[in-house]
Amino acid sequence: MSRIAAYKEVGATRWSAWAVNGALVALAVVALAPLAWMLSVSFMPTGEASGFPPPLLPSALTFDNYHELFARAGMGRYFANSLMISAAITFGALLINTMAGYAFAKLRFRGRERLFQILLAALVIPAQVAMLPLFLMMKGMGLVNSFGAVIIPGLATVFGIFLVRQYARSIPDELLEAARIDGAGELRIFFQIVLPMLKPVLVTLTIFTFMAAWNDFMWPLIVLTDQTNYTLPVALAALSREHIQDVEMMMAGAVVTVIPVLLLFLALQRYYIQGLLLGSVKG
Amino acid sequence: MRASTAGWIFAGPALIVLGIFFGIPVASALLLSLTDFDLYALADMSNLRFVALGNYVDLLQTPLFWKSLGNTAYFVVIGVPLSIAVSLGAALLLNAKVARFKGLFRTALFAPVVTTLVAVAVIWRYLFHTSYGLVNWALGHIGIAPVDWLGDPAWAMPTIILFAVWKNFGYNMVIFIAGLAAIPEDLYEAARIDGASRWQQFLHVTLPMLGPVLLVVAVITVSGYFQLFAEPYVMTRGDPLQSTVSVLYFMYEEGFMWWNLGRASAVAFMLFLIILGVTTLLLRFGRKRELV
Repeated sequence: MSRIAAYKEVGATRWSAWAVNGALVALAVVALAPLAWMLSVSFMPTGEASGFPPPLLPSALTFDNYHELFARAGMGRYFANSLMISAAITFGALLINTMAGYAFAKLRFRGRERLFQILLAALVIPAQVAMLPLFLMMKGMGLVNSFGAVIIPGLATVFGIFLVRQYARSIPDELLEAARIDGAGELRIFFQIVLPMLKPVLVTLTIFTFMAAWNDFMWPLIVLTDQTNYTLPVALAALSREHIQDVEMMMAGAVVTVIPVLLLFLALQRYYIQGLLLGSVKG
Repeated sequence: MRASTAGWIFAGPALIVLGIFFGIPVASALLLSLTDFDLYALADMSNLRFVALGNYVDLLQTPLFWKSLGNTAYFVVIGVPLSIAVSLGAALLLNAKVARFKGLFRTALFAPVVTTLVAVAVIWRYLFHTSYGLVNWALGHIGIAPVDWLGDPAWAMPTIILFAVWKNFGYNMVIFIAGLAAIPEDLYEAARIDGASRWQQFLHVTLPMLGPVLLVVAVITVSGYFQLFAEPYVMTRGDPLQSTVSVLYFMYEEGFMWWNLGRASAVAFMLFLIILGVTTLLLRFGRKRELV
C-alpha cells in the first residue's frame, strides 16, 4: 500500500469509528430510554408525568406509587403468584426436560429417532392451537383458575429437550458404559455422572424456562379467571385498563414486573445467549 | 434395568406431559373446529352438533375475520423485514472492528428482548400518548404536529410495528453476530484486493455468506409475528376501528368472550395453515437459491 493510500485509510478508519460508535450509542439510547423513563416516572408524585412538557426526572423522589401498588392494588400477591408459578415450572421442567434430553441423546430405545423427529415437527404448531381444547380439558379436571393449570402444561417443552440433547451428545459413551460395568444403576448414573456434566446447559435452561414462565401472558390470561390468582403480566394488563390515568403507579407496576427478569438476565447473560444460539441453529 | 427400558422411563414424563397437554389438545382442536361448540354446549354437551366445514365456510364470510387477517398480514409484511433489517444493521455495527465496548452495547441492545411484553407495552402506550407523550413532545421540536399514534386507525398498526421491532430486534441481532463471526476474513481481504467498496463487500460477501442464517431468522420471525396478540390486547384492545384486531385477538374474543369454541378453533387452525404455508414457501425459496 502506498503511503498516501495508508493515510487515507487511517482517516477513513477514524471517521468510520465515529460513525459506528455514534450509531451504537444512538441505538442503545433508543433501546434503553423507555426502560429509564419507566424507572424515573415510577418515583414521581402522582400526576407529574402528565404535565407538559413531560418531565424526564421526578421533581421529588417518592415511593408512594410502590406503596400504593402493594398496599391497595394487591401487587404483593401477584408477585408471589408469579414467583410461585415460575419457580414450580422451572424446577419441574428442568428435571423432566433434562431426563428426556439425556434419554434422546444417550439411551437407546426403540423408536427413539422417530419420536424425536415427531417432537421437532411439532415445533411448527403454534401453542395457541392447543389452548381452546386445553381450556376445556382443564375445566373437566376442575383445574381452571388454579396454579396447576398454568404449571402442568409448562413442565415439558420441545425446546428444552432439544437444548439438553444437543449438549448431552458430547458425553462420552465409554464413561457411561464403565459406570454400568461397575454396577451403577441408571438413576445413579444420571444424578451422579450426567447431571454434573450438564451444568452449563442446566443454567441456560433454568434462565430460559424461568423467563418464559415469568413473561407468559396469553395462557395465564385465559385460564386464571379470578383476580386473586393473577400473575404479574395478567394483573398489569387488568390494572392498566382500570388505572390508565395513573401513569406513575402503572410505571411502578412495570418496574416490579420487569426488574426481576432484567436482573436475572444481566447476571447470567452469557448462558442465556449461548442457549439462544444453540436453540436457533438446528443440527 | 436395561438401557432401552431406562430410555423410556427417562423420556416418559416429558412425553406424557407433551402428549396429554399438547398432542391431544391439538388433535381435539381439529375435531372441535368441525363442531358448533358454544355456550350451550359448554352447559350441556347434548347441544353439540357436528357441522363439518361449516365454521370455516362461515369464517370466510365474516368481514372481521378478513380484517384481522389483513391487519396481521400488514404487521408481518412490514414488521418482519423491518425487524430483520434493524437486527442486521445492529449486528454489523457491533461486528465492526472499530466498535468499542462491544459487550456493553450488546447487553444494552438486547435488554428489551428479556423484558415482560405486557409491561413494556404499557410503557409505550404512555410514550406515544397524544398530548403528554414524550414522542410527540420530541417531534414537536422539529415542527411535527402531534400524532394520535394509538387512536388513529392509520397510525395504530405502524406504532405497534415500531414497538415490536424495538422489543425483538436484539434477538435476531445476536444470531446475526454469530453468523457474521463465522465468515472467514480472507473473503473480505480478497474482495478488497479486487477493489470492492464496503457496500460491494456487503452485497457480494456478507449477504451470500449469511444466507442460511437469514433464512432461519426469517422463518422464526415470520411464524412469531403471525402470532400477534398481547400488543393489541394491551395497547389498543383491537381499536381504533378494529384496525389492530389480529387473528389471535379475534380468536381470543370468539373463544373466551363469546365462547364460540368451535369457531375459535377453526380460526386457530386457519392461522396454523397460513403460517405453515408461508414458512414452507420461504424454505422452498431458500432451497431454490441454494441457501440451505
